[in-house]
Amino acid sequence: MTLDEHTKALRDSGRKALVAFLTAGYPDERTFVEMVKAASRAGCDVIEIGIPFSDPIADGPIIQESSTKALEQGITLKRCIELAKELSSEITPPLVFMSYINPILRMGIDRFAKDADSAGVRGVIVADVPLEESEEVRSVVSEFGLTYIDLLAPTSSDDRIDTIASGANGFIYLVSVTGVTGANSPEASDVTRFVERVREKTELPLYVGFGIASASQARSACESADGVIIGSALIKMARSVEASEAPEKIETFLRQVRGAIDEVADSATPVENPERTE
Amino acid sequence: MSDGRFGVFGGQFVPETLMPCLIQLSETYEDAREDPAFAEELHELFRHYSGRPTPLYHAERLSRAYGGSKNCRIYLKREDLNHTGAHKINNCLGQALLARRMNKTRIVAETGAGQHGVATATVAALFDMSCTIYMGELDIERQHPNVLRMKLLGAEIVPVSSGSRTLKDATNETIRDWVTNVRTTHYIIGSTVGPHPYPTIVRNLQSIIGDEARRQIVQVEERLPDALIACVGGGSNSIGLFYPFLEDEDVRMYGVEAGGSEQGHSAALGEGTPGVLHGSLSYLLQTEDGQVKSAHSIAAGLDYPGVGPEHSQLKDSGRVAYYSVTDKEALSAFQDLSRLEGIIPALESSHALAFAKQYLSDSRSKPGEVILINLSGRGDKDVESVEKVLNP
Repeated sequence: MTLDEHTKALRDSGRKALVAFLTAGYPDERTFVEMVKAASRAGCDVIEIGIPFSDPIADGPIIQESSTKALEQGITLKRCIELAKELSSEITPPLVFMSYINPILRMGIDRFAKDADSAGVRGVIVADVPLEESEEVRSVVSEFGLTYIDLLAPTSSDDRIDTIASGANGFIYLVSVTGVTGANSPEASDVTRFVERVREKTELPLYVGFGIASASQARSACESADGVIIGSALIKMARSVEASEAPEKIETFLRQVRGAIDEVADSATPVENPERTE
Repeated sequence: MSDGRFGVFGGQFVPETLMPCLIQLSETYEDAREDPAFAEELHELFRHYSGRPTPLYHAERLSRAYGGSKNCRIYLKREDLNHTGAHKINNCLGQALLARRMNKTRIVAETGAGQHGVATATVAALFDMSCTIYMGELDIERQHPNVLRMKLLGAEIVPVSSGSRTLKDATNETIRDWVTNVRTTHYIIGSTVGPHPYPTIVRNLQSIIGDEARRQIVQVEERLPDALIACVGGGSNSIGLFYPFLEDEDVRMYGVEAGGSEQGHSAALGEGTPGVLHGSLSYLLQTEDGQVKSAHSIAAGLDYPGVGPEHSQLKDSGRVAYYSVTDKEALSAFQDLSRLEGIIPALESSHALAFAKQYLSDSRSKPGEVILINLSGRGDKDVESVEKVLNP
């Protein structure tokens, strides 16, 4: 199943999507692998693997630090792909790479897409590639059957939302706050407004990320959105305990989030997707 | 592919959150360029506030010392005599006017040597905007006088402790602040780096250097110079000097990068490969795996692993030749100019002077040449750290 088919099936079944983001190789390779498996057991629907980069301008201090630690231990993009290969044969949720563009360019977009596909990765998000720069990477990864995921921000104009949404696949990553990952939590009313603005333009599932740090925030975001992405909160939890305890710690937390967003799904009557009228 | 490419280099590699702001900046700049009032206000500020035109000075003693019997004439474009002590103010005045046109009330900037930070804090004071400057901890130590100046000017200084604690890391933090506060805040990038339209805006604002120098040298020499020399970190003072001469085929151009020491270097053009840092594709010091390497230079303003995208194009086209000189050579030129001409140059600009010495001592130069060096800044900020190196 492609990522596109997977996210549509989730939505059609009325299940809110839970996406976990984990930095590859943090706090060490083995613990990372165990945390991904824990996230899978806790009921995550998609797992984002963060590719560490030396200069992550879209990330707040928590993910920055995790990237630096992982790089100090020698993680490379090639190694991230190997870890993904190991994981994709063991867990059900599809894996998505979240990277900055430079490591991908350095490897070569073709080779990256080919190897990621062979490793069973289903999607790619590039934090510093806006629409204007996306043509090549989008077309190459799509050629290899990977889904290229677009991001929208609260600052995106209606025209941009329209253009980006019309070319998007899989799901749209809604950056819930103007800011970096993990810094501020969004106001619930702002998330709703943002989701509604985008919903007018597309039938694609809309997942909200950046600053979602608790089960109640996740539940609140899922009142309007189709899913939530949780990253910094997981890394922060992993950081607060011994590596050996990190998988269990995040599993417990993710189970709470799972429960909270399932309540939203249960209380909502599934509605037909509204037809676009223009 | 987006606008704002220099050949294959440049582009807009930023998170979506910033794109609407870059589009607004492009539009505001295009409007401003059509508006005679913008040019007039900028010209008035250049003239009465910053002290332009800056002099073109024939450095006779330096010419004799470096040129020997070649009888060459070295001219220094005295950007060090600008208000705040470097060429950086040219860019900051222009961008402050743009910030005002966009109704932004807050300015953020990165700084390495502190010259851009001082220039930014200066215009923020002048235009009554609040101002936050990000500076690496290592640079705060080695450019202490500029930190004190920025504080006096009312700016908030945020020390950056990540990575190499220098310009690259300060730039990361500035971008993160900007992403967070983009609705109220304008980022005054200090060099011809960053996403489009910054490299073009900064180049155009700095081109006043080359425009003036061209008129001045023709007035004195009644001809164009044979060679232009300028240091290259991000590349704003050099592109500002070179740009108005690019069509003059007989004018040779030399960009001088920081060759550093055994601790490392900052020669992105000389030793780097194409990659994306801080929003644009350009030559970059990076590992096989696409991680950005730490740079090194005695000159904090050159201590940066990237370089402006237009320089990358000028390197590939061969229009500009790029070389590097070491910390030690720069330090020696720093002393030479101080002793010979009574001018204390910035350590950054000293790289251009050190290259001139090499150039005049070998067969690249012919007798009787006219050489124009951009003296991009003054060295008051460097006296403490130079003293530590000379008399440890």
